Order: sequence, then structure tokens, then C-alpha cells
Amino acid sequence: MSVDAQTVRRIAHLARIAVSDAEVPPLQDELNAILAFVEQLGTVDVSGVEPMTSVTPMAMKSREDAVTDGGYAREIVFNAPLTEDNYFLVPKVVE
Amino acid sequence: MSTNDLTELTLAEARDGLRGKAFSAREIAQAHIDAVAQARALNAYLVETPERALAMAEVADAKIAKGEARPLEGLPLGIKDLFCTHDVPTTAGSRILEGFRPHYESTVSHNLWRDGAVMLGKLNLDEFAMGSSNETSAYGPVVSPWRRRDSEAPLVPGGSSGGSAAAVAARLCLGATATDTGGSIRQPAAFTGTVGIKPTYGRCSRWGIVAFASSLDQAGPITRTVRDAAIMLASMAGHDPKDTTSVDLPVPDFEAAAGRGVRGLTIGLPKEYRVDGMPAEIERLWQQGAEWLRAAGARVVEVSLPHTRYALPAYYIVAPAEASSNLARYDGVRYGLRVPAKDIVGMYEQTRAAGFGREVKRRVMIGTYVLSAGYYDAYYVRAQKIRTLIKRDFETVYANGVDAILTPATPSAAFGIGEKQNADPVEMYLNDVFTVTVNMAGLPGIAVPAGLDAQGLPLGLQLIGRPFDEETLFAAGQVIEDAAGRVALPRAWWR
Repeated sequence: MSVDAQTVRRIAHLARIAVSDAEVPPLQDELNAILAFVEQLGTVDVSGVEPMTSVTPMAMKSREDAVTDGGYAREIVFNAPLTEDNYFLVPKVVE
Repeated sequence: MSTNDLTELTLAEARDGLRGKAFSAREIAQAHIDAVAQARALNAYLVETPERALAMAEVADAKIAKGEARPLEGLPLGIKDLFCTHDVPTTAGSRILEGFRPHYESTVSHNLWRDGAVMLGKLNLDEFAMGSSNETSAYGPVVSPWRRRDSEAPLVPGGSSGGSAAAVAARLCLGATATDTGGSIRQPAAFTGTVGIKPTYGRCSRWGIVAFASSLDQAGPITRTVRDAAIMLASMAGHDPKDTTSVDLPVPDFEAAAGRGVRGLTIGLPKEYRVDGMPAEIERLWQQGAEWLRAAGARVVEVSLPHTRYALPAYYIVAPAEASSNLARYDGVRYGLRVPAKDIVGMYEQTRAAGFGREVKRRVMIGTYVLSAGYYDAYYVRAQKIRTLIKRDFETVYANGVDAILTPATPSAAFGIGEKQNADPVEMYLNDVFTVTVNMAGLPGIAVPAGLDAQGLPLGLQLIGRPFDEETLFAAGQVIEDAAGRVALPRAWWR
């Protein structure tokens, strides 16, 4: 499978990465090189094989459903580029 | 002892010297601070923390005076800049995290400070640990302390833990933390004549380590000897309730295991690792390694891991898929870079376009594509099925009585900075062809220096173990180190 220029733009938008017109052709070549490389996986017989979902066989641990953390909003927003009263600020999303 | 000599010690020697009061923690910290300041040409450290190092050394000296030395008391270490460190900038080698100062400490680095280690600073790496040469760092490549015989051309230290490997080889710390998603500890260790171990998935907590591919990422040490790696891993490892994939198993005495020998063990040589175009000197080194283990009392047998060739392509689906999801958090809202735009989607897109480098964009886009509607089953689910087959190959070999597997660590010695710039991305990815299977199967793997190539550059061998059997890797690694002799590290031309 290979991607065309329009698909490159669509993927970039899905990934929320702005790409200029000049960036599209080299990206298209690079993505197609990678896709050509992974193409060989199509020749492997995977019938009846379960996909890996856990690297080491282990049961997920659970803990008591209790509040164990929190109460430091100022530290949470400390690294944010733009905040007000311990809230993150973003461009207006609702008209 | 002159202060220069203090940076030449192994971690084990420094520990014993501190306890025997042959020198102070302050002296060995200062010796390293000076060495780091004189090595800026290597670009190994992104942040130097000399004041913190001296303050920690002062505490260490007080502990030693009272006879209360902790396991790593007073030992100066470097930290890969993928580990979040409290109030010390953490960039992951990316512009998008420029200026980020975490208000928390990663569990692994916390464990090192708990055990008395001293922090020298943060080490350069490929951006978000995506690379095999340290050339994708937004803060410039790391220059290897190694050079080819009769040449001054700068070489790569490998990646992504290139700063860690270069700093350890150049005596800019006694040991360094590193992380390995597809070979990022073992490949740079092999390129720089150092020892690097990626423990079993779950052995170290991933909490507070900037995530790349969560089902593959593991932390481990890079050091100058096998024993040093055992000492450092013992402090880094352990169960952490904050990472549900960290295992609740006791941490064995790794240092004791390093002296255990290999008598009676069975070592497998996988025939599928004899790849086309592999240099004859790598093949020779591999046979030499097998001979050393045999001479030390191990039985060496040929084994088969039939799905080996599919590990790298499957990795280049699984790792980018997980990365595209993990890196969604860099959105200009909560930390790091923000590029203003007229609406929120524009702000996301401009921020990520300006903040991510080429390799990161490429991988996030591949990941986005293979997870997108219509392609998920064909790519991602198929790759995860192949991962099951890769793991099954190893399980079969181990069930047949093999204790560890010996392979080359890399298909070549280090290459020059910029040498692979115009190659397509896949050529760079091939660096990890011998290491990536280990991450796909969640197994432990260690790279140990085993010799030099015709140009005088180090070459390493890899040992792959059973899940949670790092002890056998330290035992067999020590046998190789003893037989090969310690690598003579390059003299300090960078000063």
C-alpha cells in the first residue's frame, strides 16, 4: 500500500501537525519507504494467532477506590504556557 | 590519588574507595564536574547540575562519616533527559518541551537518589528517544569520544541513549540511566565500548519517564563494566504502584550473580541472526564469544527463531502507533511550546509543526495512519499477532533448555555523523535489527564490549535472557568481559 499527497495531508491533519506544500512530497516518499518496508508482514500466516495484548503475563492490579492524590492545582498548571486562576487557557472553542 | 584518576574508577571501585575513605564524595563529585565542563565539545550533557551534585555529595560524606552509607552513596551519575527530574529542565531532546521543569521525580531516578547517588546533570538523546544515532536531538548531535584510527571525523555514539553512552565512555560520570524501546540502550553501549542492559519489561517502573511506546519502553543502566551495571540496576529496579506494568517481584542480588559463571548453562546461537551483508568481523566476534562461553563451561547449541526477520517491520508499526497516541499530549496547552493561532485546531497544528522534529513527525504520522479507520486490522492487529509469534519463538527455545541466547549487538560499528543523512529512514532503522526482537518479546538483553573492528572501533555482543532472569545475563556477560579484557577507552582528546 502507498499513500498519495492528499492522504499525506489527511494524516497530517489527523495527527494535528501543520505541513506546508513543500513538505508534502518528501514526507510522502518517506512514509511510502516505511510502508514498503512493512509490506513483508503480509506474507506471514497469522491465522489462529492471538494479537499480543500484554507483554508479560500478569493480572492488572487494582487498589482501593479512594482519593490518594491531588490538591495541588498550582503545580499542575506550573508549566502551562497560559493560565488564569489555576485554569489552562485555550483559544475560544464555543461561540 | 589525583582528581583525574577519580573519573577513571569503575562504579564498584568508587563505592569501595568512598567507604574506605580513600577520597570523599565531594572530591569525586568535583572531579566529575570538572570533567563534564571540559567535555562540552561532545555535547553529551544538555543540563549540568554542579550545585546539586555538591550538595548531594555533602550529604553523602556525612552519611559515610556516620557509617550509614547507602548502596550508591556518593556515586556521581548522569540522567538521560527522558527521565523527569524535580525542578531540573527535562526536554526529551525536543523543542516542544523546551523550558519544562517537572514538579515531580521519575521513580527510577528517585530510587537512585534514595540510595545515595549524586546527580551530575541531564544527558542528550534522540528526540523522544526516536533514533539510532543521537542525530535527531533538537539540541544537536552527541559526538562520540571514539574516533576511527588515524581519523578525526566525528562519529555518532549511537542512540537514542547517545548522551548516556558517550558520557560513560568519556568518564563524564560513573554510570548513566538510559531507556530502550528498540535497542536504545544496547546499540549505543555497543558503539561506545560500554555495557548496557535492558531489563525485562516490568522490572523498572516507567513512571515519570517521557513515554515513547509504552509496551516496549524500559529503563536500564549504561556503565563501564558488567558488575557496575548489576549494581546500578539493583537500585533502579523494583515494584512501583504508580506503574501498573511494573512487576511485584523481589529484586535479586544482581552483583552476586555477576560472579556466578556459566558452567552447566546452555547458550543458544540463533541461525536467523546471520543476516545478509553482515561484516566478516562481526561473524568472527560472534564465534569468538561462543568460544569464550564454551571455554568457561557452557554448552553452546544452534537454535532457531524463525520470525526474527519480521520483528523490525512489526516494530515500525507498533512503536509509531503507540508514539502517535503518547505524543498527543503535546498540544500547547499544559506544558512546553505554544504557537498562537486563530482557533484551537490551528494552535495544535502550528505548535506541533514547530515543536516536533522530522523523525518525530514521520513516526507520529505513520502511527496515525496505521491506527486510522480501515487500516487498523491490516497493520496494527497483524503486527501484534506477529509479536505473539516472535515471543513464541523465544518461549520454544527456552522450553528446550536454553538459558540464554548469544547474538551480535549491532550489524556494524559506529558510523560518522551525517553519513546516513540522505539515506531513507529504513536504512537507519536497520541498526536495531538484532536488538528489537527483545523489546517485542519483553525479554531482558545486555550488550557487552567484546572487541574492536579493523578501524579500532568497539563492537559488542548481546545476550538475551528468559523473562526476569537478568542474573544469567550478568553471569554470562561477566564471562565475556573477563575473556575479552576491558576495552581501553579513548584518551580525552576533547579537553
